[in-house]
Amino acid sequence: MAFLNIQDLKIYYKTIRGDLKAVDGISFTLEEGKNLGLVGESGCGKTTAAKAILRLLPENGRIAGGKIIFRDQDIAQLSYEKMRRLRWNNISMISQSAMNALNPVIRIDKQIIEAIRTHENTTKKETLQRAVELFKLVGLEAKRLKAFPHELSGGMRQRAIIAMALALDPDIIIADEPTTALDVVVQDKILKKILTLQDQFNSSMILITHDISVVAEICDKICIMYAGKVMEFGTTSKVLKDPRHPYTMGLKNAFPSILLEQKELISIPGYPPDLVNPPIGCPFFNRCPFGDEKCKDEQPPREYINDDHWVYCHYADQYQDFREKATQGSTWEAVRKRQQELGVV
Amino acid sequence: MTENNSIIKVKNLKKYFSLKSGFISTIVGKEEKFVRAVDDVSFDITRKKIIGLAGESGSGKTTTGEIIALLQKPTDGKIVFNGKKINDLSGKALVEFRRACQMVFQDPYETLNPRFTVRRSIEEPLLINGWGNENKRFEKVKDALERAELRPAEDFMYRFPHELSGGQRQRVAIARGIVLDPVLLVADEPVSMLDVSIRAGILNLLRKLRDNMGLSMLYISHDLSTIKYICDEVIIMYLGRIMEKGPTYEVLSQPVHPYTKALIASVPVSDPDVKREEAEIKGDLPDQIDIPEGCRFAPRCFSANDRCQSEEPELYSIKKGHQAACFLCEPK
Amino acid sequence: MNTQNDKQVVKTASEARRAKTKKTLFFIRNLFKEDKLALVGVCMLLFFIVVALFAPVIAPYDPNVIHRHDDGQGAMKRLEPPSREHLFGTTNRGRDIFSQVVMGTRVALFVGLLAAFFVTVVGTIIGLVSGYYGGWIDTFFMRLVDISYAIPFVPFVIILVTLLRPSLMNIVLAIFIISWRTIARILRSQVLSVKERPYVKAGRVAGATNIRIIFLYILPNVLPLALLEMTLRMAQAILAESTVSFLGFGDPSVTSWGQILEQAFMAGAMRDAWWWVLPPGFAIALLIVSVFYTSRVLEVVANPQLRRR
Repeated sequence: MAFLNIQDLKIYYKTIRGDLKAVDGISFTLEEGKNLGLVGESGCGKTTAAKAILRLLPENGRIAGGKIIFRDQDIAQLSYEKMRRLRWNNISMISQSAMNALNPVIRIDKQIIEAIRTHENTTKKETLQRAVELFKLVGLEAKRLKAFPHELSGGMRQRAIIAMALALDPDIIIADEPTTALDVVVQDKILKKILTLQDQFNSSMILITHDISVVAEICDKICIMYAGKVMEFGTTSKVLKDPRHPYTMGLKNAFPSILLEQKELISIPGYPPDLVNPPIGCPFFNRCPFGDEKCKDEQPPREYINDDHWVYCHYADQYQDFREKATQGSTWEAVRKRQQELGVV
Repeated sequence: MTENNSIIKVKNLKKYFSLKSGFISTIVGKEEKFVRAVDDVSFDITRKKIIGLAGESGSGKTTTGEIIALLQKPTDGKIVFNGKKINDLSGKALVEFRRACQMVFQDPYETLNPRFTVRRSIEEPLLINGWGNENKRFEKVKDALERAELRPAEDFMYRFPHELSGGQRQRVAIARGIVLDPVLLVADEPVSMLDVSIRAGILNLLRKLRDNMGLSMLYISHDLSTIKYICDEVIIMYLGRIMEKGPTYEVLSQPVHPYTKALIASVPVSDPDVKREEAEIKGDLPDQIDIPEGCRFAPRCFSANDRCQSEEPELYSIKKGHQAACFLCEPK
Repeated sequence: MNTQNDKQVVKTASEARRAKTKKTLFFIRNLFKEDKLALVGVCMLLFFIVVALFAPVIAPYDPNVIHRHDDGQGAMKRLEPPSREHLFGTTNRGRDIFSQVVMGTRVALFVGLLAAFFVTVVGTIIGLVSGYYGGWIDTFFMRLVDISYAIPFVPFVIILVTLLRPSLMNIVLAIFIISWRTIARILRSQVLSVKERPYVKAGRVAGATNIRIIFLYILPNVLPLALLEMTLRMAQAILAESTVSFLGFGDPSVTSWGQILEQAFMAGAMRDAWWWVLPPGFAIALLIVSVFYTSRVLEVVANPQLRRR
């Protein structure tokens, strides 16, 4: 049962040059108690999509179409006041840089208490008690509550943010690159902590990251975005082991791994398209080794591989051939030569 | 590592930062506190090898790299280049060293002077060293751009940094680093701020440069996966000291030091079916001012005993070229 | 971030310069479309500059000439309200206020520009040296700045002018002695941030001397901020000069707006002769406002983060 259902969501930013189509018709679902990984390069629209769910878009951004259905209600249409109550209570966010989320001149206990009491009618004493419990859950000593944000290390701050995000027992947590700025040992601990807490609170999570290995470990489903559109969506296991979209195949080749065999890493040549004048057809066309005229002129349809796996590609049926070619450096080299000839450097 | 093959020998390098104590504390006679960023580090960089300096924050890896590139002065220890100590170089010898050792930095968005064109940025090291005339320098810049795989070079010459993507800027930075034909390139987290899909290109480029130019590299990173990909040898640092060092493949597939094991076990794996082992490490990274007595990793180590709390282990040899600083590896 | 826009590839250095200028002009034009205040500011400032340049031509009379009625008795045209012959009326001694205000524009701009220029040059150099070298040089200059901050602006100007001759140059000198402190501090902090940037480190690794780094790497990147500060100092200097003149310490040999107000005050005519008080008062206010609004243009150039996407 889809808990959160994003349908054909469009988010545009107003710029001097016109509308920037940051997100142009994406759809994905999230089940209760499950995790979804939103993966893509910088500028692909994943953070924008997350902000839109919480209606925290900047002034020049707007939801230009589509639905965000949460518990059978289209929250894209909610009033500001109703949305404010939804935020943190039902949907909370862990941002990339904890420094941005914490007020540097207010002690942490005050911040958590304020966040909780804005939404719930509890006494200060009760709230403080809850904060202490939350801190214990994330592995922080209660004495850290009295500190200012800068007195804690990066890892501790991030844990404090997680505690705050969980404070109201939300249904959905949106985590935007929650561990990118952290050391790998701390990252490991925090990710494991997030998983245990999720089990305990039965919350769902949307994890936004460019690191596929983190998604592989903790997300049930993965949604691969590119240039504001979805390329492939499905269970993590299926998408990563049985990729159907050339972009997914390309991403796999670009990822160094500490465990797997030493293979030649291959970059995907070229750059994402300009989102003010996006291409008419498939956005990945000019970086794709397998595209043709049809790909250039027509938007690819959604092809269902099964109930939990779909891809947006005109030639999804040729995936086996594509996959084989995608592992060869020469395939992508040909793309680079083609780009050079077209002068699109 | 034979004597005549090594480019740089780092011996007992130390870098301490003093925390300026206030006026009152100095009067009262409080002990001066230090941050021991680099605390007795020794290693060699040999010809045509990429040496990885791995570690988390506070490990001292970046400071070590900057000292080698002469951006910082060491508190103690020496760095020997071609038989001469570089700490006390001056005049012609200093100029020669500067030409021989260049550096590439982490942030592609701040690594180029925003007021310089690409050509000007790459030409700068040549201009500083009074190299050639205008025409020759133009050709050299063009050559550097092409070696950095920015082709056709003419298209990039007069662009400004803000017109380039992160990956392109980093390539320009690399071109700037190799234009003087150095023998050593210190690369400080060159790909960590780039998108994953572009990293491979830069990493492959660095490998190519090593192969074609005979360039040696000190590759500094916290990302063991990229280190595994391009480094011949790896040095694992923790709180300013070397915990383990040796050939990359060996250290990463058969780690000996508990810290190395924990580090490797903490790296997420992109195969959803693989279940990772639990990383055996407890607690948090301590404050760099209060580095514990004895082995600095002991407070977080599950195998620590009393000796580890009081004595600091040396680097013991495990196999040829593979060493670890742990009493568990001490030869009987 | 680079995207696949149709870009003209630039193949020569001069083309690059032209392309950059074109882009800056395009950007400024957009800025004016969006930020009307900036446009207003620049236009007003240009207007004042033109008036100052052509003041002798624009002013219908010599500001010091006493006008008399030509009706035989030759009485002074005292305190006459605005008329066709005297657009801003006359003073209590029959002098044409319009001419005085027009000529006063020169004084205001002269003081403003000169003081701002010197202050900026010296303040920038001190900021650069202090910020880059640090150590005792930095400590020395910053203590100097701290001390100078303790000195109140206008009283100091008055004291200096009293000790020396009251002349325009001395007023400029006094303003200069006080104002460099702000620019030095602001630029120093910008230098501190720029000098840690990787491209500066790259220069050092390549062997660049300190002087080279200061003038080739750091200065061009702090210059926009310096220019912005220069305009703000200009506004400050104009106000300072007006204040000092109003208080009676101005240069008696020139007509400045502050002095016009001083004379009106001394004549006790402030409440009655609005035509004497409002024009110079407005002129001061408008010029300062126009300088501030103009600085909005420079602010956006200096701080790229303010640039819209």
